[in-house]
Amino acid sequence: MRSVENALGLEVPLNAQYIRNMIMGAHLIHDHIVHFYHLSALDWVDVVSALKADAKATAKLGQSLSPWHRNSYTEIKSAQERVQTLVNSGQLGVYGSGYWGHPAMKLSPEVNLLAVAHYLQALDYQREINKVVAILGSKTPHIQNLAVGGVANPINPDSQSTLSIEKLLHIKKLIDDVGDFVKQVYLVDVAAVGAFYADWTQYGAGVTNYLSVPDMPMDTKGTVFDLPGGYIPNGDLSKFQPIKSFNDEFFEKNVKESVKHSWYEGEWDRHPYEEETVPNYTKFEDNGKYSYVKAPTFKGEPAQVGPLANVLCMYLSGHKPTIKYANQTLETVSKLAGAKVGLDALHSTIGRHACRAIRCAAIQDHLKDQWQMLMDNIGRGDYHTFNEPVFPKGEQQGFGFHEAPRGTLSHWVVIEDGKIKNYQAVVPGTWNSCPRNGKDAPGPYEAALVGTPVADPERPLEILRTVHSFDPCLACAIHLVDSKKNIISKVKVM
Amino acid sequence: MASLDVLVLGIGNILLKDEGVGVRAVEALEGRYHLPDGVEIVDGGTAGFELLGYIRDREHLIVVDAIAHDQKPGTVIRVEGEDVRTTFSQRISPHQLGISDVLAASLVTGEPPRNLVLFGIEPKDLDTGLELSEEVSANFDKLIHCIVEELTSLGCKLSLRSN
Repeated sequence: MRSVENALGLEVPLNAQYIRNMIMGAHLIHDHIVHFYHLSALDWVDVVSALKADAKATAKLGQSLSPWHRNSYTEIKSAQERVQTLVNSGQLGVYGSGYWGHPAMKLSPEVNLLAVAHYLQALDYQREINKVVAILGSKTPHIQNLAVGGVANPINPDSQSTLSIEKLLHIKKLIDDVGDFVKQVYLVDVAAVGAFYADWTQYGAGVTNYLSVPDMPMDTKGTVFDLPGGYIPNGDLSKFQPIKSFNDEFFEKNVKESVKHSWYEGEWDRHPYEEETVPNYTKFEDNGKYSYVKAPTFKGEPAQVGPLANVLCMYLSGHKPTIKYANQTLETVSKLAGAKVGLDALHSTIGRHACRAIRCAAIQDHLKDQWQMLMDNIGRGDYHTFNEPVFPKGEQQGFGFHEAPRGTLSHWVVIEDGKIKNYQAVVPGTWNSCPRNGKDAPGPYEAALVGTPVADPERPLEILRTVHSFDPCLACAIHLVDSKKNIISKVKVM
Repeated sequence: MASLDVLVLGIGNILLKDEGVGVRAVEALEGRYHLPDGVEIVDGGTAGFELLGYIRDREHLIVVDAIAHDQKPGTVIRVEGEDVRTTFSQRISPHQLGISDVLAASLVTGEPPRNLVLFGIEPKDLDTGLELSEEVSANFDKLIHCIVEELTSLGCKLSLRSN
């Protein structure tokens, strides 16, 4: 939407901005909870060790770390029993390729059990916050309420079939309930994992050029944002340069993509308005083409995007919630680790996990604010949600960006006589997972893995830890199926 | 008076001929019969974890799917309880991987369906296409009949629709 709105110079009504911002915020919270607990916690937490834990001691530990109301002995014991049932059934299902017993697992059984109990609770809370997205977007995934020029949600406090006050109040409850989980459980658990794996603040830095864009626009033109963004070259925080608006040329002019090492026709390095996407698969060539991912650059260099880039930029912009949760988390980690852990520890695998949690907590505060602003605006009698786009003759170019859960997302459109002439998306996964670029410089994943110790090459858990810390989103629908096992099951022929 | 809580879940990929027979079966069931309150029919398609919401905490779950079990094509089988999970782990397609995991996940959330029955029919043709093979078509009514018998045995009163 934003790229076309940008090309047309089209403003977006305030209600639509607030609704979009709320969807963005709720989706991010859902994503971050799922990413830590369900997609990466088991890299650090040994599920099987949790079965040996003393549930009473675990409950006591949990209560010492947080006021969370579900760290009771009953809750912990029940979680332990449920995992035991699953392990006894012999069908590990989603846990089938875990790394329990791996020498790099360092947590005590009690910390493991506490994390596992929270993993199970997190299943409920991620579902609850995702309902906010579904209510506003009319379904998720693949929400249906976005339109160029605003949103399709009708606002009418007197009607049951529109975005009514009742639905808005329900949304508020979901935001509040999950907020407690984020601040009392997620943030605390990440700090605990960070403290007990403090040596992982030395691994996984990689590319330290950081790129993030502002988001949650507060005006109709995209010049005022709740969340700041910008660029930090070389990890040098003193050289931070902000990105200020949806028309900021500092961002627009400095993005390029190279296909030198990617399976596309050509060896070029071009701006998205001029790119094409013509596949050319050549098999894995060590020094040639070896990936379907193009290699983006900002000012000619690779850049890391994602929560780490975002938290650093927001921190340097003086963003109060980020500063609050970052300082709080670093203090907790320092206390638990018995050593001072500062901002520079964030340039690491563990740092990325910490920043994701910090960002989640900060966004949760904003989600509450956005809700209030929407309510206040409706209270003023403004029910406007959509400005109709008009497509003139001739050619227009536009770009739109969004600081998505995985990092900076940008879309680039060239419109000719009302039709799309070119459309390119440079997505956060591309920034991070790219192959070497036109100057043969490695991308963030590749650079981050250099120097990672691997205890057992047959079970490369440490590699997974770093890659997972980026929240990879690449062809997750690939299933590897074992050839037929000789499992006996009893069936009755009818 | 005990109230019914039954879910008939048809799964499979209708774009791969016999692979979609489970979905076709529940479509037919719904088209042919009025179902009483407490009996829910869901076309689960190739969905994975989204199905967790439907299956959790059910009193009775009846799954219908194409099941390769080295029988003659068109053979209808009935599988019960724990054997359902093991049958799905001999998956013939990615969607069955999903069901296997969803059933395991319901154990983790502590709300597995309490009674689990699977009606399978041996596929002949898994190529791209919308039609069922002759062998499966010939036994399609038998498959429906088995599901209806099962529902009746659970106390469900089904009545034929007039059309």
